[in-house]
Amino acid sequence: MSEAAAEAVADSQFEFITFSAGGQNYCLEITQIREIRRWTPVTALPHTPNDVLGVMNLRGAVIPIFDLSARFGLGATPSNERNVVIVAAVEGTTIGLLVESVSEILSVDKSAIQETPDIKSDATKHSIRGMISVDEAMVRVVNLGAVLETETGAAA
Amino acid sequence: MSMNSIRDTFFEECEELLEALVEGLSQMEEAPEDIEVVNAVFRAVHSIKGGAGAFGLDRLVNFAHTFETVMDMVRGNELSVDEKLMAIFHRSGDQLSDLVASSRDETDLDETSEKALIKELEGYLGDNAGADDFSFDAVTLDFGGPVEIEDAPAEESIGERVFKIAFKPKKELYENGHEPLLLFDALAEFGPLKVEADTSRLPDFDLFDPNDAILAWSLTLQTAETETTLHEVFEFVEGLCALDIQVDGSAPVFSAAVAAAPEPEAAPEPAVEAAQDNEPVAAAVAKPAPAAAATPAKESRGPKPTLRVDLDRVDRLINTVGELIINQAMISQRIEELDLPTVAHLTNELEAYKLLARDIQEGVMAIRAQPVKPLFQRMSRIVREASDATNKKAKLVTVGDSTEVDKTVIERLADPLTHMVRNAIDHGLESPEKRDEAGKDPVGTIRLSAAHRSGSVFIEIADDGAGLNREVILRKAIEKNLVPKDAELSDPEIDNLLFLPGFSTAGQVSNLSGRGVGMDVVKNAVQALGGRISISSTPGKGTTFTIILPLTLAVMDGFVISVADQTMVIPISSILETIRPNLRDIHVVGTDSELVSVRGSYVPIVDVADSLGLAETQEGPKTGILLLVSTETQGLTALRVSSIHDQRQVVIKSLESNYTAIPGVSAATILGDGKIALILDPEELIKLDHSTGFDLIPQP
Repeated sequence: MSEAAAEAVADSQFEFITFSAGGQNYCLEITQIREIRRWTPVTALPHTPNDVLGVMNLRGAVIPIFDLSARFGLGATPSNERNVVIVAAVEGTTIGLLVESVSEILSVDKSAIQETPDIKSDATKHSIRGMISVDEAMVRVVNLGAVLETETGAAA
Repeated sequence: MSMNSIRDTFFEECEELLEALVEGLSQMEEAPEDIEVVNAVFRAVHSIKGGAGAFGLDRLVNFAHTFETVMDMVRGNELSVDEKLMAIFHRSGDQLSDLVASSRDETDLDETSEKALIKELEGYLGDNAGADDFSFDAVTLDFGGPVEIEDAPAEESIGERVFKIAFKPKKELYENGHEPLLLFDALAEFGPLKVEADTSRLPDFDLFDPNDAILAWSLTLQTAETETTLHEVFEFVEGLCALDIQVDGSAPVFSAAVAAAPEPEAAPEPAVEAAQDNEPVAAAVAKPAPAAAATPAKESRGPKPTLRVDLDRVDRLINTVGELIINQAMISQRIEELDLPTVAHLTNELEAYKLLARDIQEGVMAIRAQPVKPLFQRMSRIVREASDATNKKAKLVTVGDSTEVDKTVIERLADPLTHMVRNAIDHGLESPEKRDEAGKDPVGTIRLSAAHRSGSVFIEIADDGAGLNREVILRKAIEKNLVPKDAELSDPEIDNLLFLPGFSTAGQVSNLSGRGVGMDVVKNAVQALGGRISISSTPGKGTTFTIILPLTLAVMDGFVISVADQTMVIPISSILETIRPNLRDIHVVGTDSELVSVRGSYVPIVDVADSLGLAETQEGPKTGILLLVSTETQGLTALRVSSIHDQRQVVIKSLESNYTAIPGVSAATILGDGKIALILDPEELIKLDHSTGFDLIPQP
């Protein structure tokens, strides 16, 4: 569905799925998202950082599941019935992100995406591709590549 | 078929032809008088030339032509093969392979060595040089006089004979752009030729179909040539015509043997085989080349029909079958959970299902399996080049070429093997003078062997050189701060220092093996394939590297175990026995090291949960089951796990494709309930446990 949806919008239009993690609003471009699943227990991996919850069976493929909140240093995601795993593909690998809850689909014009201003933490700036202002709330666009990069770096 | 795909096919065929060429050349070395081997080499070169001509690859054609011409003189007994010529042939083979590669990739190749070789080759041509132009008519090359070889069939030494050739083209012959007249011209060069056209099938003019093949010819040729040579004239129209060549008055010697190959000369084997049909394998069996003696002799010469399939298709099939196995396990588990009162029938059917699924899987895996022969053959060039570069003399002996290994393994082993063979010559072998002094054959031997042993593939690279100089190795390692100054290391431990990153034994960096690529790279490559590498060395006798690889990369037999409440799998191949120990058999040494006595000897215990950093739920004296494993580098060790549930075949799923490697874990698998279980790597686990102490092996 993601591809069909992507084609339906004009070139300058972007669609995002917004979700909350660690009490903050984030979003991911819809074309990067493969599916959204309910949380099911995962197989834990030894010798991995806290934000790596483990691996999950996605129709025969073994994919790692990250706690996005812990990843961004916002503490572990509390267990909740609304918790979901967003399965996303980036640079040929498939990963799952545990988030608190998924909110809505956001359709915005390219111009509505603002660059991240200079903030105190470089790491935080790197993990966010930009910001979108929605009804006075701020939604952060997750830089999926950065999630993966630092991950492999930390675990190796 | 587009031009490009035809071109691709040509280069695919070139690969096969080059393989046949290399094999033929090494056989020539063993049995230079075997005319069939010479023929095979000639044909390989000839076919490459033929194909290259069609694509206008002039350099390739030019070189192949010179090579072929000299080869033909050998074939015609005008030239005897000595060591020097053999060396030139080998180098020509290498050059041809480089030319093919550069033509395929459309890259430039330095002409120096090519020109030098052509010159050397032409040196052998003498008066014959330039006698024929290089076109497809090269089949007209002269055989010279009758061939006088003991083993050779009588047919080859008979003088002039009269051949009756019945030739009836099919429509396809014309459609493929062949012209009978050219074939007749080629035949006419062998001797007086009489051609009669059979016009009896010519229909009335009204019914005449200009696209149909109607005419047939009967030809009478008086010549000293062999029947094989005559067949060569027709080799590019094989399958496109009905052909019958008979010696006048004798029984038909050749009829159905012309394979209905849609492409002219698809592989060199059928042609060789066709030639052999005339003289039932006499030459081939009489002289089994020693190199191939260990394998079912000569089986590879048979023209087994093969099928070229896109690798992606095979891999898709393998994946699907993997899913099938998981699915089968899931169904079994679900049915068990149902707890039905009478399940006897169901169990039987399930068992049958399981066996069938396994059969399918084995069959599918066999598609990917390939003999290691081409890989080993490639090494003969490495040996040649390396020994030239180091001024050492070395020969390559291969054993077990027909051992089949997964294609991926073969591809991924090429680089490590190349490196190790170079190393063996550069560092392993002594100079000819030194070897002579030591009372050894000045020509060193590099032995490559492959074998299936207890569910694994063993590949050995052995040299008969001086063996490892452990003193130097240890000194180097200390110099480079790889081990502490006062380290007391056992011999195997010193040998294993070679695998440390950044270790190079060469005093000065030679341009051959010292390229900053160390044995650690080799080790990593082998480990990435799920294998291990070990080393053993005897001073004065040589060094042997042993690579042990799993048979397949897709499935394995494992024990399903529990470790700290997690389900995991451990490969069955690594487990020697399982022990449920008595508490009094377990002894504590120091603060936390435990030993278990197994029939009188003490074996260290490694707690799997501990080394994986998993929290054990229960306190107090640890119970559980011990799995006795023997590892290459760590010796006998007992692994403690909570319990063993089951033994089953599991499908190996890579962790690295979506995540990174995890120490102590080699891969993952999917259990019957759809959950993922980690597959443990015993050797790494033990190293993890030891990593708190002196760290001989670097952690990833």
